[in-house]
Amino acid sequence: MKKIIATLTAILAMGFSSSFAGTLVINTDLTDPAPKAAFEWAFNKFQEENPDVTIEVNNFDHEGYKQAIRNFLTTSPPDVFNWYAGNRMLPFVRAGLVEDVSDIWSDTGWVDGNLTEGMSHAKKPMTIGGKQWGIPYTYYQWGVYYRKDIFEANGISVPTTWDEFVAACATLKAAGVTPITIGSKYLWTTAGVFDYLNLRTNGYEFHMALTKGEIPYTDPRVHAVFDKWDELVKPGYFLENHASLAWQEAIPPMINGEAAMYVMGNFSVALFKEGGLTNDNLGFFQFPEITPGIPMAEEAPTDTMHIASGAKNKTDAKRFLIFLSRADVQEEMNKTLGQLPVNSGSKVDPDPFLEAGLNMLNNAYAMAQFYDRDAPAEMASEGMKGFQEYMVNPDRRDKILERLEKVRQRVYK
Amino acid sequence: MPNSTHIVYRKSSWWKLNQQRLTPWIFLFPGLLLFLVYVIWPIFNSLYISLLQWDGLSPAIYVGLTNYIELLDDEYFYISLLNNLKWLILFMLAVPIGLGLAVFLNQTIFGIRLIKSLFFFPFVISQVVIGIIFSWFYNPRGVIGPFLDKIGLSNYAILADENFATYGIIFAGIYPQIAYCMILYLTGLNNLNTDQIEAGRMDGAKGLSLFKNIILPQLKPATFLAIVVTVIGSLRSFDMVAIMTQGGPYGSTNVLAYYMFETALSEYGYRMGYGSAIAAVLFTIMMFYILFFIYRMYQSEKKGL
Repeated sequence: MKKIIATLTAILAMGFSSSFAGTLVINTDLTDPAPKAAFEWAFNKFQEENPDVTIEVNNFDHEGYKQAIRNFLTTSPPDVFNWYAGNRMLPFVRAGLVEDVSDIWSDTGWVDGNLTEGMSHAKKPMTIGGKQWGIPYTYYQWGVYYRKDIFEANGISVPTTWDEFVAACATLKAAGVTPITIGSKYLWTTAGVFDYLNLRTNGYEFHMALTKGEIPYTDPRVHAVFDKWDELVKPGYFLENHASLAWQEAIPPMINGEAAMYVMGNFSVALFKEGGLTNDNLGFFQFPEITPGIPMAEEAPTDTMHIASGAKNKTDAKRFLIFLSRADVQEEMNKTLGQLPVNSGSKVDPDPFLEAGLNMLNNAYAMAQFYDRDAPAEMASEGMKGFQEYMVNPDRRDKILERLEKVRQRVYK
Repeated sequence: MPNSTHIVYRKSSWWKLNQQRLTPWIFLFPGLLLFLVYVIWPIFNSLYISLLQWDGLSPAIYVGLTNYIELLDDEYFYISLLNNLKWLILFMLAVPIGLGLAVFLNQTIFGIRLIKSLFFFPFVISQVVIGIIFSWFYNPRGVIGPFLDKIGLSNYAILADENFATYGIIFAGIYPQIAYCMILYLTGLNNLNTDQIEAGRMDGAKGLSLFKNIILPQLKPATFLAIVVTVIGSLRSFDMVAIMTQGGPYGSTNVLAYYMFETALSEYGYRMGYGSAIAAVLFTIMMFYILFFIYRMYQSEKKGL
């Protein structure tokens, strides 16, 4: 009921408000406490700085938004809306529903400094067809979370190359510790591993081409990724029974010292710490290099703001996007969000994980958005099922890749 | 003028003549209308959608039988079909087990009502809760873990094993179904004709033969109901799968109902046409079964049994 009322008010608000000049209509799905607080701060700050603009917010619930966005962009577009980078925005860009904001990204379009400088590392995921379609305001890193004390006890130093990484796994396994924990019941955790193996083996451009459906899954370069994966799966370096565990259920083995590493996103830190780990025994390192010389791209799901092509108040919409890209604004918002600001001029709270992530992403070659955001939904669901099946039965690789190839040909036709 | 009175007269007479025939239809009308709108029309609409390629929002494209042809080449579809068959067969165990429990509990001792209601309890708990609790049971770190260790199956997670996960879910699903069958039989046992049992006893029937020849035939309506609800329950076994494995590991515990949901309505879905094609197949299977059962029922009623 609450949802219906919210939607109704949203629809009414859209109908009435957008006709006034100086009114900025923003559609969002920021209903969780942290994002809500962060944006309330940003909206107030923006209005303080721009007293001539009135902000109208239509807040949708998170799940409903995925459906609603298709409707409101075609029927009654707001001025600004939030969404995600990468191929998730591709269908809307292709349908001409998103405004080209390349001018904000160009050196001359940026009012209070140089946007391209502060956010150049985040430009690629915002780019389709050589143009930029929005502004990123927050993201978080993926990488390897590990038990410092277990590494120390076994004389392992943080691996930076693939050989060191595999050797570390072997040492841990021999010491009776599960090298890598993972819970793949809900599938997506397997995609984190696949993405990194592919980014490190074949590079960002190949990964994006694959998720865009331009490369067959039976390609030898995809097999090369699975060759690397074999080196971890076949000796049993992953947690047993991972297919029956949710990602949270794979955390206790690491807390009680039965497992040493987890390829995960930074949101897991809260759970590790709830379980009793501290900055002294929990560490983070960048996923190691596989093919030497390939520029290191990272996995960093990014939340973004866009202007609808049907927006009535594009001037203020652009002002808002520029405001949102500012280092000071992103810094303040991400303190509330507990995530990383995209603008490299922003600072983060003194937290080793945020600092490590910020440092890694600011120097990243490019950012992948995660398999289920980079690939279309249908391909992603089949792909992740395949990754899980492979991790349980590595011998079925050929069969799985052939099946994924069949899906690819259907999905992208 | 006489003409008009004539008409009025005929009108009222038509109503009077047909009143008996029309009244049931008038009473049935609201129900029939709802049935038409909420059951019949959606069936045909789904069949129509199964001929389309449609994501629910953009314009639908008519693709003929493409969805059905794709189904024939979809290994997840066959896995789901096979799992439905496993469900159907194993779920039937709920009927004899329920009967056994009912006979066992059909005695008059102190506190039997309480015991009966305890046995009925699984049916009262929501399926969702049962699913969650059973997946905790099955967790190798859960309740049965230590027992499995003793028989040499340490760290065995049935829900992660593609060969046995379905049986794990079926076992959880049967648990409330047994209670349901039991309650059906308990009510049946209450309505037994004591004269017949006495007569049987007089003629020297006892034990198994009394049960088989006197009691079981009298429980026929209960058996009929128990089988029908069990078959339907097994064919729409959706909630257990959704909660315990979400069709995983990698689709090996999918059943048609869940696979339909996954393709048409889940986060990665929005293939309405393909989902409808799966629904059409499931519908056909149910239809065959229901028609067969109605035919059997009709036959036995004709014989006056």
